[in-house]
Amino acid sequence: MGSADQPETVASSFWNDTGRSGITSWIFSTDHKRIGLLYFYTVLSFFLIAVSLGVLLRIELMAPGRTIMGPQTYNAMFTVHGVVMIFLFIIPGFPGAFGNLIMPIQIGAQDVSFPRLNLFSWWLYIFGAAIIITSLFTGGGPPDTGWTFYVPFSERTTTNVSLAVFGVFVVGFSSILTGVNFVTTIHRLRAQGMTWGRLPLFVWSIYATAWVQILATPILGITLALIIAERLLGTGLFDPARGGDPLMYQHLFWIYSHPAVYIMILPAMGVISDVIPVFSRKPIFGYKMIAFSSLAIAAAGSLVWGHHMFTSGMSDTAILVFSFLTFVVAIPSAIKVFNWVSTLYRGSISLEAPMLFALSFLLLFSIGGLTGLILGAAATDIHVHDTQFVVGHFHYVIFGGAGFAFFSAMHYWLPKFYGRRYAEKPAVVAWALMFIGFNITYFSMMVLGMKGMPRRYYDYLPEFTALNLTSTIGSWILVSGLILMLVNLFRGLLKGEPVGDNPWGGATLEWSIPSPPPTENFVEEPVVTHGPYDFSGSGIP
Amino acid sequence: MSQPQHKDYAGAKLGMWLFLFTELFLFGGLFLLYATYLARYPQDFARAGKGMHIVFGTINTVILITSSLTAAMAVTAIQRNDRRRVLYLLGGTILCAAIFLFNKYLEWSSEIGRGIYPNSPRLAAGPPGESVFFSLYYLTVGLHGLHVLVGATLLSVVAWRVKKGIIHAGDYVLLENGSLYWHLVDIIWIFIFPLYYLLL
Repeated sequence: MGSADQPETVASSFWNDTGRSGITSWIFSTDHKRIGLLYFYTVLSFFLIAVSLGVLLRIELMAPGRTIMGPQTYNAMFTVHGVVMIFLFIIPGFPGAFGNLIMPIQIGAQDVSFPRLNLFSWWLYIFGAAIIITSLFTGGGPPDTGWTFYVPFSERTTTNVSLAVFGVFVVGFSSILTGVNFVTTIHRLRAQGMTWGRLPLFVWSIYATAWVQILATPILGITLALIIAERLLGTGLFDPARGGDPLMYQHLFWIYSHPAVYIMILPAMGVISDVIPVFSRKPIFGYKMIAFSSLAIAAAGSLVWGHHMFTSGMSDTAILVFSFLTFVVAIPSAIKVFNWVSTLYRGSISLEAPMLFALSFLLLFSIGGLTGLILGAAATDIHVHDTQFVVGHFHYVIFGGAGFAFFSAMHYWLPKFYGRRYAEKPAVVAWALMFIGFNITYFSMMVLGMKGMPRRYYDYLPEFTALNLTSTIGSWILVSGLILMLVNLFRGLLKGEPVGDNPWGGATLEWSIPSPPPTENFVEEPVVTHGPYDFSGSGIP
Repeated sequence: MSQPQHKDYAGAKLGMWLFLFTELFLFGGLFLLYATYLARYPQDFARAGKGMHIVFGTINTVILITSSLTAAMAVTAIQRNDRRRVLYLLGGTILCAAIFLFNKYLEWSSEIGRGIYPNSPRLAAGPPGESVFFSLYYLTVGLHGLHVLVGATLLSVVAWRVKKGIIHAGDYVLLENGSLYWHLVDIIWIFIFPLYYLLL
């Protein structure tokens, strides 16, 4: 990603208009666009690493018994797959990459409130990631606890849990600082006329996400610090033999980690709220309710963590309350889905790549959300708890939801920063492959779970063979689509047709400036006179 | 680069306040454990709490409140552009931090000398609630001590910048934020002191 990537046609943009040169102009840059791209390429690299691990896991499960790896390797691999996907890809992915690239421009600012802190966040992220990677190859080998680091196993296993957990701690600190930075930016740096009622919905979602980052991540920090203390000092706070209670670990862990799924999904919903009106050529339906429901999800989602613990031995009262609250979160999520569908209604829908990914989000997220209610109801949860059903549900929400929204954002916004675009037809083929492969892979998992196949087992009974094989074949289709998508996208960004300032006919501020944007974003300070989805003046045919 | 030309004071303070909230939540996890285990082992906690060095705790509370006072006075002094007084006051805060940590060292040495530390044979032989109490005590106070160290370092940097004239009456948001951080360190102790030394 050196200076060779920059499009030659553009005279003065953030690609060449800096004092430094070479790699230092990137890794020490305080420009939010450069930091956004740094985040983007690092999270994408970790995504690809974790995808490879996921594919290997599927190959192992292709047939019963040992296929390509033993149980210990399998345990380590699903742990690393989870840790990398969650802590190194999807949590920093949206705020770090697209939050940085898009949010300041959408509110009409030159940069975030604390540009140096922003760069420091990226460095902390890299530092934490390096520690996590180091933990895989040193000490007792890669952690094998699952990404949840549950006690008592995480206290007793001889693998390198302490170091990995410390790495996650550092990455969490990076996430907190990004949240602090974004909340301050959205409060303080909105351009003249950019009222709260004119904020693009992506900004609203980043705002809600930033609050979750601020309020939830410290709890993860202290929980991880406690694991390290348990292992190194023997404090015994989660050890029943010394008066501790393992259930308290689960509470502390999920107090963060359930809100964390909203860090993953809220910005994705913001992307969808921006993409759907543009490609329906119609203002968004229910702007206020979508903005409000982002905050409602962030608030209510902080009170539902106990639904991960229905089989852990909580009191029946606690189970009832957590189950009820979980159903409450479904309301703002459904408000969003209905509003998106209403936006589509009688719109002039244009099925280009960003829109196809956005529409798949609608379907896949709805399936993921509704299967979530099966897990949120205590009675049905006890049947499918810790089965492949959970794995299928989770991937529908996070891969089918957040992941597909991430791909939508890549097709929608990256041309803005490269000034060039991808070829449409291969992008659609790639989308189709991914959509088909995705459903084959993860729907099979949900059926397997219903039939009783547990999660995190490297072996299974012969009657599960057919569905497991189907799922594995699905994962190959999915990955082939992914590869095609990336090759087409990046070839297009480097060598494709130049795009104008506003290729999609969007009405938010990023489409009013040149592609790629100049370093200071806006040559003149913008004055906002219309809402983000008011297409009347944007010159759509 | 593309930084705004003017300095956004309100923004800088807003960012600091948000960060202070995250610090409160960090300690919140430990207070949550305290509450849960106190409800489970009230008698063990009471017995363990009686064995704490209340003199050390009280002296340290007075020291920390004094240090917060000098930090607050430093902000007023910089508003009056009295650089020498700012340096004396910040020096006072940093000195208090050092005395606080030295007291902590004496207190911990005495406790470790009596065989009270996480995973010690003496605690293992005693009731489980006592072991939990002291583990939490060491973790909470240790984490707080780390914050004292960070705060004192931060204020040293601030003092150096005041000396160099980088922070002055026209631009002192860093001093104000450093002082805010110090008040956080103070206020967390204000909760630790009664919970571990007084209530039980």
